[in-house]
Amino acid sequence: MAEIEIKNVAKNFGAYEALSDINLTIADQEFMVLLGASGCGKSTLLRIIAGLETASSGEVWIGGKRIDHLAPKDRGIAMVFQNYAVFPHLTVFENIGFGLRMKKLPNEVVRQRVEKVAELMHIEMLLSRYSGELSGGQRQRVAVARALAMEPDVILMDEPLSNLDALLRMEMRAELKGVLAESKTTAIYVTHDQVEAMSMADRISVMHQGKIIQADTPIQVYRNPSAKFVASFIGNPPMNFLPASRSGTKWSVAGAKFTGPETKIDILEFAVRPEDLKSADNGICATVKIVEPLGAHLLVTCTVEGHLFRVVMDSDTSLKTGQIITLAPQANRIRWFDPETALAL
Amino acid sequence: MSSRILPYFLISPVVIFLLAFFIYPFVLVSQQAFQGDSGAWTLSNFQDVISYWKFPISLRNTLLLAVAVVPIQLSLALLMATMVSRMNKGRDLILYVWTIPLGISDLAAGIIWLAIFEQSGFLNSMLSGLGLIERPMNLLSYQSPVIVFTAIALAEIWRATAIMLVILVAGIGLIPKEYYEAADVFGASKWKQFIRITFPLLRPSLQTALVLRVILAFEIFAVVAALGGTLFPVLMGETYAYQFDLLNSGAAAAIALIILGISIAFTMVILRVLRVPKGASI
Repeated sequence: MAEIEIKNVAKNFGAYEALSDINLTIADQEFMVLLGASGCGKSTLLRIIAGLETASSGEVWIGGKRIDHLAPKDRGIAMVFQNYAVFPHLTVFENIGFGLRMKKLPNEVVRQRVEKVAELMHIEMLLSRYSGELSGGQRQRVAVARALAMEPDVILMDEPLSNLDALLRMEMRAELKGVLAESKTTAIYVTHDQVEAMSMADRISVMHQGKIIQADTPIQVYRNPSAKFVASFIGNPPMNFLPASRSGTKWSVAGAKFTGPETKIDILEFAVRPEDLKSADNGICATVKIVEPLGAHLLVTCTVEGHLFRVVMDSDTSLKTGQIITLAPQANRIRWFDPETALAL
Repeated sequence: MSSRILPYFLISPVVIFLLAFFIYPFVLVSQQAFQGDSGAWTLSNFQDVISYWKFPISLRNTLLLAVAVVPIQLSLALLMATMVSRMNKGRDLILYVWTIPLGISDLAAGIIWLAIFEQSGFLNSMLSGLGLIERPMNLLSYQSPVIVFTAIALAEIWRATAIMLVILVAGIGLIPKEYYEAADVFGASKWKQFIRITFPLLRPSLQTALVLRVILAFEIFAVVAALGGTLFPVLMGETYAYQFDLLNSGAAAAIALIILGISIAFTMVILRVLRVPKGASI
């Protein structure tokens, strides 16, 4: 059992607050992705869990044991680094076996474990090579194999796929997810790539300016963002926002009326995802600015009362720049945000 | 200018410099070494030099000094380089201070240490001032060869450790931090990290530092001349004596070539021992 608990962790670099008020519980065998733009503190948090950085305050617990005062090697973790950190002077075999050798395990055990994980990562034919003779993808496999060979409670991964080309990244994404699920370890995975996060995670923690904004399943984060930041960060193209004002019992958005939440605030923000809009007879009037055919669908950029508004439409739709279209959002997909706090209602 | 000729044009100054000041003198020296008085090709210069009674002694002294000094310098330089590369503040200042002896000529360095060890030197004044000895002793005499050797070794260590230090500091700076983080995570102690990561990844720098240092060790002359005089003959001192005291330039050339041979042999050994397998560099 390796449940991870992060309690009130904060990290300051001088006057700069890199992390504040981080509270997160990660279940045993869960795949947790820390997602955020660069500089949001996600790597710092991972490095605090790894023991490569010390938190300014707070506690980290793994499997019911407080570990934030322990050396990295005593935490039951293994790590995959962004630049692989595959030792250039050791063969692939010795790289994978590095941690096992440090534990002074017998040669036979080291050999068995190295061969097992090498087979799992499909690099058994590379065991006698040096890293200079490997491609980026192969080095990444070695780095993952080295972590798996430790049979750790927790695997930490710091943007492990970011140095690979797009095609390889997609391939490794699926493979890594399968391998980690099979290994039954708890995994924390740092990335800035939302597609990676959505496709791999059991849960995503969206981070912004040193805080966790929302920690939930990918579909919840996508469908029910808890804050405007999450709504605009997740999804490509991102969610559309329009100002809404009270109009009797309903809310008026660019001339159209919608049923909204019960609240004392008079001005709200109306939000809807580009794919949750359809052309209709009644609804929001939008002026078409740019039409981008993307094959599977059409990405239409419009303006609604001066606000940027994107719509994903069927690729058979024929539209011209300057044309005025009427769009009706799918009622159950509309979200509302408080413009003051930027939180969802 | 066509792109085929341009590279040759650009390296031509260096080539001309090397030809004029290294290759040409080298050919001349070789000629002198292998030619007798009559101008015929012969090995007699080498026979003369090797059969002379001082040759085995100076060869032994030179090798002994190298064997005593270079490993100590290597360990010190590694230790100092590791310390410096872990410093955040004041790193440059420390490095400058440690490299000051490099800026002093070897003869001046020898004289500095002579000022410490000679009969009216600092060491004697200090010892008699403390009442440990009654009257100043002649430390650098034929009766105390161990002290002479130690003084020379100390002066060499003081003078020339920094050349290795500078090369090793640069080499350590090239090793990515992530390797140490990975080593931390995978359970290597700081000592293990030094042995299993720093040392092997430092091999190219160690090669350069050792080759340079060992060659310089076989060319030791001024420090020995200042501290040991004729008490401690070394190969380079013999070369000087043949050339300027005995006016036998053929023999001087022969002994210079012997030193060259020894240097090449040691260089080959160092390059071989510290070689980096293909594909295994950073």
